[in-house]
Parts: sequence; structure tokens; C-alpha cells
Amino acid sequence: MTIVVGYVPKPEGRAALQAAVEEADLRNQPLHVLNTSRGDSLVDPSYADAGDLAEVRRVLEESGVPFELEQRVGGRDGAEEIVALAERLDASLIVIGLRRRTPTGKLIFGSDAQRILLDAGCQVLAVKAGPGGSGAGR
Amino acid sequence: MGDIGLLVDGFATALQPLYLLYALLGVTLGTAVGVLPGIGPAMTVALLLPLTYSLEPAAAFIMFAGIYYGGMYGGSTTSILLNTPGEAASIVTALEGNAMARAGRGAAALATAAIGSFVAGTIATVALTFVAPVVADLAVQLGPQDFVALTVLAFLTVAAMFGASPARGIAALAVGLLLAMVGTDSLTGQQRFTFGLPALADGIDVVVVAVGIFAVGEALYVASRMRKGPLPLVPVGGSWMTREDFRRSWKPWLRGAAVGFPIGTIPAGGADVSTFLSYSMERKLSKRKEEFGKGAIEGVAGPESANNAAAAGVLVPLLTLGLPTSATAAIIIVAFQSYGIQPGPLLFEQEAPLVWTLIASLYIGNLLLLVLNLPLVGVWVKLLQIPRPYLYAGILTFAALGSYAVGASTADMILLFLVGVLGWGMRQFGFPVAPAVVGLILGPIAEEQLRRTLAISQGDPSALVTSPFAAVVYILLLVFLAAGVYLKRRQSRVEEELVHDRPETVPAEGNRS
Repeated sequence: MTIVVGYVPKPEGRAALQAAVEEADLRNQPLHVLNTSRGDSLVDPSYADAGDLAEVRRVLEESGVPFELEQRVGGRDGAEEIVALAERLDASLIVIGLRRRTPTGKLIFGSDAQRILLDAGCQVLAVKAGPGGSGAGR
Repeated sequence: MGDIGLLVDGFATALQPLYLLYALLGVTLGTAVGVLPGIGPAMTVALLLPLTYSLEPAAAFIMFAGIYYGGMYGGSTTSILLNTPGEAASIVTALEGNAMARAGRGAAALATAAIGSFVAGTIATVALTFVAPVVADLAVQLGPQDFVALTVLAFLTVAAMFGASPARGIAALAVGLLLAMVGTDSLTGQQRFTFGLPALADGIDVVVVAVGIFAVGEALYVASRMRKGPLPLVPVGGSWMTREDFRRSWKPWLRGAAVGFPIGTIPAGGADVSTFLSYSMERKLSKRKEEFGKGAIEGVAGPESANNAAAAGVLVPLLTLGLPTSATAAIIIVAFQSYGIQPGPLLFEQEAPLVWTLIASLYIGNLLLLVLNLPLVGVWVKLLQIPRPYLYAGILTFAALGSYAVGASTADMILLFLVGVLGWGMRQFGFPVAPAVVGLILGPIAEEQLRRTLAISQGDPSALVTSPFAAVVYILLLVFLAAGVYLKRRQSRVEEELVHDRPETVPAEGNRS
């Protein structure tokens, strides 16, 4: 069993990572951190660059939890990628970060988080970036 | 003195709220297409042509001028922050500009590019104001044989300057000339290359070909080779230009204007060449050569000024002789023709209010661009997040809609996509598209003048070279070609050095780690 984390280089992504590390420690399970982009726009703010990935790697290494860090450009939405990965690994838990959205924004752009919650076959832990940014709000 | 009066009248027209609105629309669109790599001013003006048929000429040209200038401004933003030139004329800017941005001086790089563009663009527009009427006065005295010489000059220099090799340029030119031949010959009524198809008897609409080559061709090309991860965007950071930055920038701005304008006026490949020339000059003159390649502000200020000055320079032969020296200029000629106006020596006499309004709008557009670009960089960068499939689907829809609007015929639609496939093929196999468009638009003009010359001389071909002006042009052609080859070699040498200096410019693909 594995814990899958959907990572984005934003406060909510870092909060999710933090919470996932704690959870992995508790459950004594390895982490699989995934960062994706559909790869069809020239710039994608949710795609982590080299510096950010190094930072994630450092956090994970310091935590001492066994982990795998993966980055994909696959032409699929982040939600699809995460759910597919969780199924493939038979994951016990998916950890994602939530951001504040207005109802209008959600109506127009849809919500990756909602699709993960609905489509996933396992537990989902949704984390909000707290003021301290340390996985508060569970 | 009369010219100044006419310019003031031009300002009076261009400053009317409605025209100001068109200018704002033009510069906004121009900046947007400048920021987006692969979509340039030529494609945009071509796409908008069918939509502007119902506008009055002044409004349409004010908008087109805004797009043309705006493209030059917008290109620098992508170059600096993404290390991907938005326009061919901003390739050099990426070298120093991106290095500056990564060193945390992105704000200063963007500022020197925008202010330099404004300064040089304004200087070059002033030069255009004074040079163009003089050239127009001279041009009125030219005979048909002189125009033949000028078109030959434009054909060969454009073919030689764009693209990887002159042979490819000439092949592309030939494609354009061939497409221009299709239809019924106006003198003899013979059908040429129509294959007996009634749809081709009237010739192929230039707008359809231009939209096909630029918009459809580019969309297919991008679609055919898209899988590539997002590029790292350097955030706009650092302080604005310091006093030191200004001190180092103002000379390159002026030198860029001085290099760009003359290069723009001669048919030497438009703005791209001037940027390379300016870059190598700044590097040679700089007291801090070691900074070049690591983010020297001179290397941003000079080329960005040069490309805007060249954009104004291109308008001199365009307005006075009807000679397009770049792809965008060729499309603007089509726009003139669609209003029944033939750019050339008589333009300044017959359409004086229109021409002077256009020139006045260039001053206004430049100012608008400065205001629009400096504080709003963040907004422009957001455009890069648009998924490209949406963008190109929109362009294709727009292209089809526009081409159908031209003649309301399905034959035009079929032609559009056939030409689009041709445009894709040319890009795919490394043939420049600009000479094809110039050939397409200048071909009929050249043919008419050639036949007129031969009719006057009763079939004696020596009439083509015996006029003193024509002889001078042919000699100049040889000089230009020699100079062009030299410039081109300079350009590729600078390119090579830069690639050599900075091997890590290729963005990393998404990888598993």
C-alpha cells in the first residue's frame, strides 16, 4: 500500500506534502509524490521547476519516509493522472491540496479536487493551506 | 512645411476618440500576438482583413499599424521571461534578456526593452515623417521599367535574406509567383493555371492564400509537433531600472534606432537582421564584454530599439514605392488593395489624409504601447497559460470564417485548407513563407509593369536596363546582395557563438526522477 500525493508548487501543494509526510509516518507506508502538466500550454504554474522539485526532494529526504517523486507531462488532467496512479499502485490514501475557489470559478473551470474526490477508489485526504502553511485544517 | 501641416491634420483625425479606440485595440492585439510565440503580426493582420472590409480605411490602418508595432513590443516579454522569442525579431533579446531575468533583474530588462522600443520607435517615426515624402516625390518620376527594377530588387533580396539559404528563398518566391499567376490574364483574356475550373478563373483571392499560409499553415505545424512540457517562466523580479541602467541604456537605444531604421528601409529581411547587427555592435562597443551572455543590459536595449526602428523603416518603401520588404508589409499592401488603394508614388498625393493619419497613429500607438506594456507585463504573461489547442482551434475557426466571408464560396474554403497544407509543408521542410507571400502580392504588380515597359519599347528588352534609375537599382541590387550575404554570415556567426556560449538554453523535458 502506498500514499499518493498530488503536488503543485503552491501553498496548498506544500500543505498537502506536509500532511502526507505525517500520514506516511503514522501508517508506515511509502509516499508517491506526483506533479503533472497537460503540457499543452507554454507556461503552466502547477508544473514544478527544477528548483522546486529539489526542495520537495529535500523535504522528503529529511522526513525519512520512503518515497518516490514523479513528474509527468502526459496530456491528461491532473485529476485523471492522480486517480489512475492510485489505482495502479493500489494506494491506501490520496492526499491533495485545496485552494479557495469562488462558486463561479468552479463552475467555469471545474475542479480537479472534486473530480479526485468523486472518482477515487480509496480514501482522500483534502488539505487546506493554513496561515502557517503546515497542513492545518484537517 | 506643407508636410507638417498635413501631419497635424493627421493627428487631428487620429486623436478622435473612435480612432483612438481602434489604435488601442490594435496595440492590445499586437502585444498579445507578439507575446504568443508562433503567432505574429502578419498572421493577425491577415486574419483580420476580411473583418475590416466594412470599416473605413483610416480605422483599419490605424488598427493594423498598432498590431504591427505592438508585435515588436510583445515579442520582448516572452524572450526575456521565457527564453522563447515571441517573434523572430526578438531572438537576440532572449540571449541577454533571459540571463538578466534569471539573475533577478527581469523588471529592469523589461523596462529597458519597452523604453528603448518607445524611444527608437518614435525617432524612426520622425525619420519616416521626413524621409517618406521626399522618396515619394522622387518616386513619382519613375517609369514602368524602373518599377520592374525595384520589384526585381525586392524579390531577390527578400528571397535571399529570409530562410536558411537563397535557394530555399527563391523556391518559396516561385511558389508565391505561381499562385499569383492563377486566373484570367487581364490583357489577353487567356486563362492561366485554372485547369478549366470556373472557381479559379477569377484568380485566387490573396486573402485566402495569406490566411492559408500564415494561419492554417502555422496551426497545422504547431499541432504536428506539440508534445513538449511547459517551459520554466522566470518571475518578474528585481528593482526597476536604476540610474546606472539608464546610463548604460540610452546610447544603445539611440544606436539601435540608427541601425534599425536604414536596415528597415532597404529590402534586407526586415527587423530580424537589424537586431543581430545591433547586438554585435553593442558587444563590440561595450566596455564590459565579459558581461555579455550573462545579462548585459546593452544587449537588450540595443536590439529591442533596432527592431522597432526597423518596423518604421519598412513603412518607407511600403508607402512610397508599394514595395513590401517583410511579410507583414506584404499583408498591409493587400489591405490597401482591398480598399482599392495602390500603395506607391501617388499615395502621398491621392490619399494624403489617410497616409498622414496613419503616420500620426504610429506616434500615438508608440505611446500607448509604452503605457500598456510597462505596468501590465503580468497580464501579458498570463496569455501563455492558454492551452495551445484552444488557441489554434480558435485561429482555424477564425481563418475559415474569414475566408468564407471574402467570397461566400466553398471553393475558397477548399483552397484555404490546400494552401494551409502547403504552408505546413513549407515550414516542415524549412522553406521560408515570407518570400512566397511577397511573390504572391508583388507578382501581379511586377508583371503589369514589365508588360507595360515592353509595350512601350515595342518588345525591346534592353529598355529594362537602359533607364539610368533602373541601371542604378540593378547595381544596388548587387551591392545589397553582397551586403546581405555579409550580414547573414555575421548573424549566423553571432548565433553560433551564442549557442556555443550557452549550451543549456534547451528547456528540460518533463522527466521521471
